[in-house]
This record gives sequence, C-alpha cells and structure tokens, in this order.
Amino acid sequence: MENIKQIIVDLLPEAVFEEKEKLTVIVEPTDLRRLIKLLYDNKDLPFDYLVYLIGMDWGEKLGVIYLLSSSTDTSKEIVIKTGTADRENPLLYTVTDFYETAHLNEREVYAMYGIRFINNPDMRRFLLNDDWVGFPMRKDYDGDPAINPVSVVSKDIIDKAPRIMETPEGLKEEIVNVFEPDDYLINIGPQHPSTHGVMHFRTALNGEVVKKIDIHSGYIHRGIEKLSESLMYPQILHFTDRLDYLSANINRHALCMCVEKAAGIEVPLRAQYIRTIMDELNRMSSHLLAWSAQTNDLGATTAFIYGMREREMILDIFDKTCGGRLIINQNVIGGVMFDIYADFQKDVKAFIPYMREKLKEYDRFFSHNVIALGRMVKIGILSRQDAISYGVTGPAGRASGWACDVRKYQPYALYDQVEFKEIIRNESDSYARYLNRLDEIEESLKIIEQLIDNIPEGEHLAKTKAIIRLPEGEYYQGVEAGKGLFGVYIESRGDKTPYRLKFRSPSLSLVSVMPLICKNEKISDFIGIGGSMDYVIPDIDR
Amino acid sequence: MLLDYSQPLEFTKLTRWINTFLTENLSSFWAIFVELVIVGLLLLAFYAVLAMILIYVERKITAFFQARIGPNRVGKYGILQSVADVLKILIKEIIHINRVDKFLFYAAPFFMIVASMLTFGAIPFGKDLYSIDFNIGVFYVTAVSSLGIIGVLLAGWSSNNKYSMIGAMRSGAQFVSYELSAGFALMTMVVLSGTMQFSEMIESQRYCWNIFNGHIASLVAFVIYLISGHAETNRGPFDLPEAESELTAGYHTEYSGLQFGFFYLAEYLNMFIIAAIATTVFLGGWMPFQVSGWDGFNQLMWYIPSYVWFFAKTGLLIFFSLWVRWSFPRLRIDQLLNLEWKYLLPINMVNILLMVLLVLAGWTLTDIF
Repeated sequence: MENIKQIIVDLLPEAVFEEKEKLTVIVEPTDLRRLIKLLYDNKDLPFDYLVYLIGMDWGEKLGVIYLLSSSTDTSKEIVIKTGTADRENPLLYTVTDFYETAHLNEREVYAMYGIRFINNPDMRRFLLNDDWVGFPMRKDYDGDPAINPVSVVSKDIIDKAPRIMETPEGLKEEIVNVFEPDDYLINIGPQHPSTHGVMHFRTALNGEVVKKIDIHSGYIHRGIEKLSESLMYPQILHFTDRLDYLSANINRHALCMCVEKAAGIEVPLRAQYIRTIMDELNRMSSHLLAWSAQTNDLGATTAFIYGMREREMILDIFDKTCGGRLIINQNVIGGVMFDIYADFQKDVKAFIPYMREKLKEYDRFFSHNVIALGRMVKIGILSRQDAISYGVTGPAGRASGWACDVRKYQPYALYDQVEFKEIIRNESDSYARYLNRLDEIEESLKIIEQLIDNIPEGEHLAKTKAIIRLPEGEYYQGVEAGKGLFGVYIESRGDKTPYRLKFRSPSLSLVSVMPLICKNEKISDFIGIGGSMDYVIPDIDR
Repeated sequence: MLLDYSQPLEFTKLTRWINTFLTENLSSFWAIFVELVIVGLLLLAFYAVLAMILIYVERKITAFFQARIGPNRVGKYGILQSVADVLKILIKEIIHINRVDKFLFYAAPFFMIVASMLTFGAIPFGKDLYSIDFNIGVFYVTAVSSLGIIGVLLAGWSSNNKYSMIGAMRSGAQFVSYELSAGFALMTMVVLSGTMQFSEMIESQRYCWNIFNGHIASLVAFVIYLISGHAETNRGPFDLPEAESELTAGYHTEYSGLQFGFFYLAEYLNMFIIAAIATTVFLGGWMPFQVSGWDGFNQLMWYIPSYVWFFAKTGLLIFFSLWVRWSFPRLRIDQLLNLEWKYLLPINMVNILLMVLLVLAGWTLTDIF
C-alpha cells in the first residue's frame, strides 16, 4: 500500500493524505478521474471494485466518498474524497465508465444531495420522485411536510432522463428518452408476485424477449439513513433489521461491530461465539428462502414449501432464544441481548444432520430436474468482470468466479478460527448461483459444527456506558450478509448520534445488474434470473 | 333377468324404464324433448359437482405433496370447503373494467365453459350412461374441445391488459401445437380400434385394453396423449398462459367473481375430460376388467358397476396429472414449442405409421393370441 501512496503522490503532488485506518486521499474534483484511472489501471493491484459511493454534506462542502478495492484482494482498500463548495449547482465528474455500480449510486447521491455528475448518461433521481423539493440528506434541508405533501394523485411515469454532458464547447444539458418511441412497455411491479417486494421494472419487450429494463425503486424508501442522524446508536440498531430482513441478524452484527470498534468496546468471547452461530443460522435461513423463492419463480410451488419447512426449524431456534423469528433483536452493542437457552446446543445439533438429509432431498427433487436445468443452465450469464464492475458480491458474485467472501478476506467475529470453504463457481449462470446457495448452507453447517460444542462460559454482554458517544472519525465495517457485502459507514463528530451513517447494501448491486444480464432473455427467464440474484427490496431502498 | 343379478348397480334399467315411461305417455317428440332436458340438467349439475369435488381433491392431494394439511376448517376434513368457495364466488361482485371490449370480455368465459361442457357431454361414464354416442365420437371430442381456446384468446384480447395479452398469445401458440399431438395420438388409437365411436371402442377393448393391444405404438401414443393433453389444460408445468410468477394470472387477470369462476371450473373439468378420454381410448373406458374364458371371474368383476371402473381409472390419471403439476417447474415458451414441434410431433408421425404397420401385419396382441 505504501507503494500505492507513492504512485498517487507522483501523479498528484497536491493531494492531501489523511491519517486514518484506511489510506485516505482528498483530491480536487478535476483530479478525481485522473486518480481513479491511475488506480484502476494499476498493474499489480488494480482497484477495479467500487465498494461504496457515499454522498456527504460536510457543511462547508458537498462531496462524495469513494471506497475502492481490488477484486484480486478485497482486503486492500483506499478511500478517496472529493467535494465542491458550490451548494447551488454542485457538479462532480462521474465514475460510471470505470464502475457500473456507480450509475444508481450517483443517481441516489443526486436525489439526496443534489450533486449532479457530469457525463453520467442518466441523471434522474433515484429513490425519490422527480418533483421532490429539496435534497433530504443535506444538513440544511427543510423537512416541513407542507413542502412535500403526500400526493394522492397517480402520476404518469415520464421516461425522459436529463443529463449533463461534457462537449468540446463546454457543458451541455440535455434530455434523452429512456425507451424508443414504439417500444412495447410492460410494468413488472411495483405490485407483482415475483419482484420479491415493491420493485418496479419498466420493461421493453420484443415479443417475449426483454429488450431493455429500467429500474424504478424507492417505493419502500423510509429514509433510514436520514432518520439515523437524529437517533442514538442503540436506537439505530433496529433499522438494520429492516433493511435486508432475511439477514437481519447479520446486518445488526455489522452495525454493532462498527460502533464497538469506534468506541473501543471489548466483546466477550461467549458473545462472539453466539453471534457467529446465529449469523450462520441466519445465513442458512436466508439461503433457504432464496432457494425456495427461486424455485417458486420457476413455477415449482412444492419446492417452495419444502424450503419453508426447513427454515421453520431455524426460526423455532431463534424463537426460543430471544422471542423473535424473522427479526431477532439478538445483537446489541457490547454483545448479545440474551444468553442462549439451555437446550440451544441440543436443538442446533439435531438440526445439522436433518438439514444435511434435506439438502440431499433438494438435490434429488429439483437440482437435476430436466425442466429446471433448462430454465437455469446458461441463463443470465454474469461475467466476472461485470460482477466486479457492478459490485455484485455474495453467492451471486462467487458464482461468477470472483472470490469476495468477507468472512475469508476480512474476517470478523470468529471466522478466522473456523475452517470453511469459499464456494466459487465459474459458470456464471443462474444454475451456478442456485448451487452456490445450497453449497453455502453446507458450509454454514460445518462452521456451526466447529463452534457449537466449544461455547465458553462467561458474560454474554459487556458493560457499556448508558449513552454511547463515538470519538470523532470515520468508521466502516463490512460483513458477509446473505446476499453479499453489507457495510456500515459511520462518520462521527463526537456526538451520541452519527453525523452521517450509510449502509452499503448488497441488493442494490444485485438489482442494478439485472438490465445487463436479462437483456435478450425471455420474460420468463427475467423472473427466473431475478430469483437467482435474490435481492431484497427494503435493502435497496433503505 | 340375468342382467339384473349380474349387474345390480348399473343405471341401465332405470334409464330404460324412464324412456319406456315417457314414450308410453307422450308423443315421440315430447318424449325426446323431456329426455334431453333431463339429461342436460343432470349433466350441468354433475359438471358443477364434479368440479367442486376435483377442487377439493386437488387441494387435499397437493397439501399431502407439500407437507401441509390442506383445507380442514369447513366441515370434517374441510369437506365443505369447495361448497363455501362456490358460495363465495357466486356472491362476489363482477368488477366492471374500463376500456375493455365489453361484448367480447363478457362472452369469453362462456366460450370456455361451453366448450368443456360440450366435450363433457360426449363422454361415456358407464354402461349405457352417455348422452349421445356419435359414430365419430373421437373426432367430435377433438373438435369441440379445441373451441375453448377461443375463450382464452378473447379474454386476453378484450381485457386491454398487456399481461393478459401475452398470456393469451402464449396460450394460442401452445394450444394449437399440442392439439396436433393430442389429435395424432387419438388417431393412432383409431387406427388400432378401427372405429371412432366410443361405444365400439370400449367394446373392442373388452379383453385387451388398447394400451396393451397395440403394445409399443399404443404406449408411445398414451404417453404423448397424456403430455399433450396435460398441456392443453394449461396446467403446470405447462401453465405458461397464466404463469403467476411472470404474468400474475395471465389471460384471466382482469376477471372477477363468477366470470373467473367459469375459467376456474373449466380448468378443472378440462383436466377431468382429458383423463376421461384417455381412459376411454386407452384403458378400456368403463369396461370392467375381463379375462377371456374366465367367466366366473368376469361375472365377479361386473358386480363392481361400470361407472366405478370409469371413475377409478380416470381418478388414477388425474392423480398422475396432479403429481406432475406439483413436482415440476414451469417450461419456457420456446422450450414448450420445441418439445412439441421437434420431439412429440415427429415421434407421433412415426408412431402412427408404426401402428398402421402393426394392424396391417397383424402384430397386435389380439391378433397374435
């Protein structure tokens, strides 16, 4: 990394470095693209993976924070900050030509901060309506309900995208059509059985073949990041469960670790064991539901119920531990809220062989079914390069041959002490994603087997102060959630509430890649591919 | 008098008696008229009851497949669930949709139900238990059952809904394709039996069912008929026209209340009709199991009434159909058409030639033994 720093200094002698946990560079907007190009093209360690893109309002400046990483070694990270003092018409340069995942993220930053990105081909607001007044995440935003009243009038969707392009004559604002005038458009969603939530795909069809997909999201946008800025850390915990509700416990783990790291709280070993086991149980339940939903999307209702049957056992264990089933409120800052119950180990140990048996049943029943193979093999191919560019992590990213398991490369909790295999496939199709999930269930079982008998005695919750104040600074913690890398970014100014809190959602990447991999597939396969990507909508909308 | 003892539970005597009674008391025109009315009413009532039974049975069997309990609240074992559902659907509002083609929209469900009703009428349910015995029975059944597609296409077209439209177009392509295979499979059996009349077909299968009689060719035709018949009913894995995970409910998305009920009833009855025709053509219809020469045994078999045989065989085929439906994922439209045009149809054509050869060369089982 020292060597990287040297390269940057060579290119931009005026760049400012900050002494942080991660290498942090502050550059002028005009230098941003030169720096990113340099890092992107770096031979030894190409920074070709944009982990997150965060809009910021520092008060004096509006700006963006980029966390770049390398697909070959995801533990190498570099933070780039840039910003502009112009609050009236803030303009920055886009990075969409390097990182495809920036498309939706830059649109979100525009909706929330009003920063427009030059050369981004589609500068509509993401998550918010086009006629929203004000930019909610700015610190001087006026949240008066009278300004943005709840509309009861149905609005037509206008498929026109404004953008701002750089031409030899200077900057040029223009409006382009998203679809061609005679496209046959159907709305898949927002109310649709197979979008797994209130997601809206405007789809142009050519007969049965998908020609183009335009993603509209925000139907379940609750402004969690904005709300968090006025809440204390233990209060924010509850929001994490409501993002990707299928990996509720894992998301919560991420925020707990981020706060613990910042506040220097030592988590008891017993709590670490419980957290790891619970995370893996949660991952299995998430994968089981993903498997079920995918089979259901392909039309096999019976398989759907089989997955639910096994998931029920995990939920029963959750229920007995802490009363919750889907959202279990187990992790708190400093440990876990409830100790495990007396028969916990017995129940989990009974579940392990049962689940193994059922995995074989799934294999017999569905995995080799000729129709199922026809619907999954060589369908929805996501190349490794695209997976990285779109930031598709988790089982889907690993099905494209990209080793991106956070548990392996940036281990947290007890993942560095257990043995498990990172499941990687190179087929890159729906079937690889399907098999990856089933195999990861097996790996989760192995992890639990190694831990379940060794849970040490002791405290399950460290003593913390009544009011937790984080020292000034920026903190980031990523975890491997059911769908991929879930990250929590906190910027603190020493208060009991965060100055800025950002959730890096895995589902946003998963859904952003849909238009690419569904192009020229049949509409039935569009649904099938959606099932294989396994995105959860509240995680996208936040 | 032997007839009464040997076949105690048949309806033959009852129908004869009604017929004699009517012709004695009325002129022949009115006698036939009254008979037609009675038969029509009976069929209608039976149609509705059968659909209710099928819905209940399917729900219970599906529950069994899916490790669930199924309906268990209305009546013992939920046996009255279908009755409750029918009552509910009867009193539900028929929602009027703006900007639909009103006439076609309301006509479409009737096409569905009339087509399946027409086919239903021609099925021999038991010994002398049929409304009409055409000498071109097989042809008639094929012809009228394909009318149903008009209802589907009209429903999709007139709904003014893109999902419905896609569903209807899929259905059109699917129906036309699989109609061919089903027709060819039946033709193969017509070659074997040498008749299109159901009663003669059943009679010819007295000692040896068609499926055994034409051995290889029959078996192939039977499997193809089951596949294509299943596809014609638009049920999984061939349920693309309604594919709920893509098209919400396909061609009947916009329908509500009793109109939806018509589509729903027709779907279940079509399943029954396909199974019933397969039973009649391949499995000896209502004919009890008979072995040539074993008179005592044959007599014993006749004590089980013919309609029980018919419904038992049909029920078995329906069970297979449910089993398939609830095990397989859905095909895609191009895979569906590939299966038909690239595999089933060519096999079918070769098969019909094979059957002609078998019959001409005298290689059928009845010829050999």
